[in-house]
Amino acid sequence: MDTFNIILLFIVTVALAIPLGKYIAKMFAGEKTLFDFLAPIENFFFRIAGIDAKREMNWKQSLKALLLINAIWFVWAMIALMTQTWHPFWNPDGIASMEPTQAFNTAVSFMTNTNLQHYSGETGASYFSQLFVMTFLQFVSAGTGIAALAALFRALSAKSTGNLGNFYSDMVKSCTRILLPISVVIAIFLMVNGTPATFQGASEVITSQGDTVHVAVGPVAPLVSIKQLGTNGGGYFGPNSTHPFENPNYLTNAVETIAIILIPIAMIFAFGYYLKKKKLARMIFAVMTAGYLALLIPTVISEKSGNGALEQFAVDQSQGSMEGKEVRFGAAASAMWGVSTTATSNGSVNAMHDSFTAISGTFLMLGMQLNAFFGGVGVGLINMFVFIIMAVFISGLMVGRTPEFLGKKIEAKEVKIAVVVALLHPLLILAGTAIASHTWASNSDPGANLGWLPNPGFHGFSEMLYEFTSSSANNGSGFEGLGDNTPFWNILCGIVMLMGRFIPIVGPIAIGGAFAAKRHIPESAGTLHTDTPTFGLVLFGTIVILGALLFFPALALGPIAEALSIF
Amino acid sequence: MKEFSKALRLTIVLIIFFGAMYPLFIWGIGRLMPEQAAGLPIVKDGKLLGYENIGQSFTDDKYFWGRPSAVGYNAASTGGSNQGPTNPAHLELVKARLDSFLVHNPGVTAAQVPSELVTASGGGLDPHISPQSAEIQIARVATTRGIAEDKLNALVASHTEEPHFGFFGTSRVNVLKLNLALDELQ
Repeated sequence: MDTFNIILLFIVTVALAIPLGKYIAKMFAGEKTLFDFLAPIENFFFRIAGIDAKREMNWKQSLKALLLINAIWFVWAMIALMTQTWHPFWNPDGIASMEPTQAFNTAVSFMTNTNLQHYSGETGASYFSQLFVMTFLQFVSAGTGIAALAALFRALSAKSTGNLGNFYSDMVKSCTRILLPISVVIAIFLMVNGTPATFQGASEVITSQGDTVHVAVGPVAPLVSIKQLGTNGGGYFGPNSTHPFENPNYLTNAVETIAIILIPIAMIFAFGYYLKKKKLARMIFAVMTAGYLALLIPTVISEKSGNGALEQFAVDQSQGSMEGKEVRFGAAASAMWGVSTTATSNGSVNAMHDSFTAISGTFLMLGMQLNAFFGGVGVGLINMFVFIIMAVFISGLMVGRTPEFLGKKIEAKEVKIAVVVALLHPLLILAGTAIASHTWASNSDPGANLGWLPNPGFHGFSEMLYEFTSSSANNGSGFEGLGDNTPFWNILCGIVMLMGRFIPIVGPIAIGGAFAAKRHIPESAGTLHTDTPTFGLVLFGTIVILGALLFFPALALGPIAEALSIF
Repeated sequence: MKEFSKALRLTIVLIIFFGAMYPLFIWGIGRLMPEQAAGLPIVKDGKLLGYENIGQSFTDDKYFWGRPSAVGYNAASTGGSNQGPTNPAHLELVKARLDSFLVHNPGVTAAQVPSELVTASGGGLDPHISPQSAEIQIARVATTRGIAEDKLNALVASHTEEPHFGFFGTSRVNVLKLNLALDELQ
């Protein structure tokens, strides 16, 4: 039955993503849509800011605007997080200020749409921070990703003149016309099911057994909906959507799961509608879905069959591996969430990934390492664009044709940028893990002096590998056992998140800018068709070979070794 | 500098809109359903007994036990164990929990114990156990309280929540609600 439910959820998501994609394409094309009535609000924003939303920007101006406003958000977040004790209101539980490296990590994390959390929500963030830093950045960082993709759409369009639209306008409209309406619907649905939305402080309960318990509450519903929808993932509470307030039952779990992958899938269809290349969009969707299923199926099987290491106790594992999971979701729905959240760079969890079976851990990490099977809002398709450039180049070499994509010739400059972007991700992950492993291994008594790794052996290595993978993929989930709230992890992961966010946006937009300046070549008999199943296979192969070859050695030292150790 | 001022001003209006107006709007809608928006509290005679979906620690023999919790059901600082599947400390803990359960429930064998009774949940507040986990505790609760097992069988059955629409979800028993009903019984 739970397998059927998983299939059902995926079909419902795709059925919703197709019309949403069409709507997004129309919105960016400036056609009439349902939410045009929001225009006065947006115009009010632009009037106050003194922004002419109709002024077209070229690729350099777009990037400049993107980087500038992100820098302002970063400074704002730093200030707010380091002054929590001064927050004049909305801090009823007297939360302390963050120390500088933790504030740096958190500010970068939310600005980059990562939402890696080295703090725990209910003890580390005031209501003021939860709303004015976290919730705010969850909207605008997702809006930034979508706007970057919109700029790429315009660059790739055949009639492109080099103008990529107005970044501010695209970013704001992504927030008000895509994220906001869906977030409101989800937040209301969550609230109906018992997710709190209150500004009162923690309440005191005396239990039946006479214990006194404080129950943290707060404005949970509005934050949870946007963290699911915008591939953010940073929960209101420390354990994210495993917490019954964030995710009260199987229905809310279904809605939150759909929200994880909805916009990433919709963006593929938006691409097809915007560029009028539906066949190409279907090819990309097929490749991404194939990759998603290749991650999903083994993970579901592995979680459902339980933890092999517990077999010695002969307990009943018919419900699957239950450490770190909730009874109301069960193993299968937790596995689906785990794969969806890692494949899309969301990073929210409804079960503790650290306690997943080792085989599942491999696929969760692989999802983030390949980072293109749906991927983050906007940036997922941008990553795929990089892989497409490389696949076109490789197939061009194989069949001896000039590599071209969407009527534009791909030349040395574009390939160089694509390769740099594609290799950056493995470099950040592997170099980061190497530095951490070396620091650990060269310490005379790492357990006492560093205290990072509560789990010994292969799993300890996996925890470090996972942390860097998650940072570079801007995912934000973690093998949360890792003692990561130290200056070492805060600073290093912060730097990795920054590079993992902005270089893969800057590079592809630069390629787009170069594309836009090129002459459009009409299709001929010599054109390499990119919308065919054959090209889909080449593309899939490029991603898997590149990813697998680069990451397999590291995975072999961590989760694969752990999986083999219990046989 | 002009660009900077534009971006700064846009940031300020967006912070106000998405950081304050959006959550306040949701909060306002929540006023229409005060129970749900407060997190479904269980109140009796003006006293807050708990929340429907927030599990509580039950360790006494006269109550049905919920799942182990890595944070001792501390709802102000939640979390999971984050122990890896092959971590020796984890395996020891599972063994200790199983041994303790079997001692308190004579007649029950390890093979009858669902794994969720010996593993910690992700949030540390899991309010549910499976129906089987409740059933194997009936004999103990009946003996401790001196109630007929039949009565408890009926109570567990009436507190078993089936999947939504019959297929969507898992079968489960809310431990807090079950135990509150148990106290009412006498």
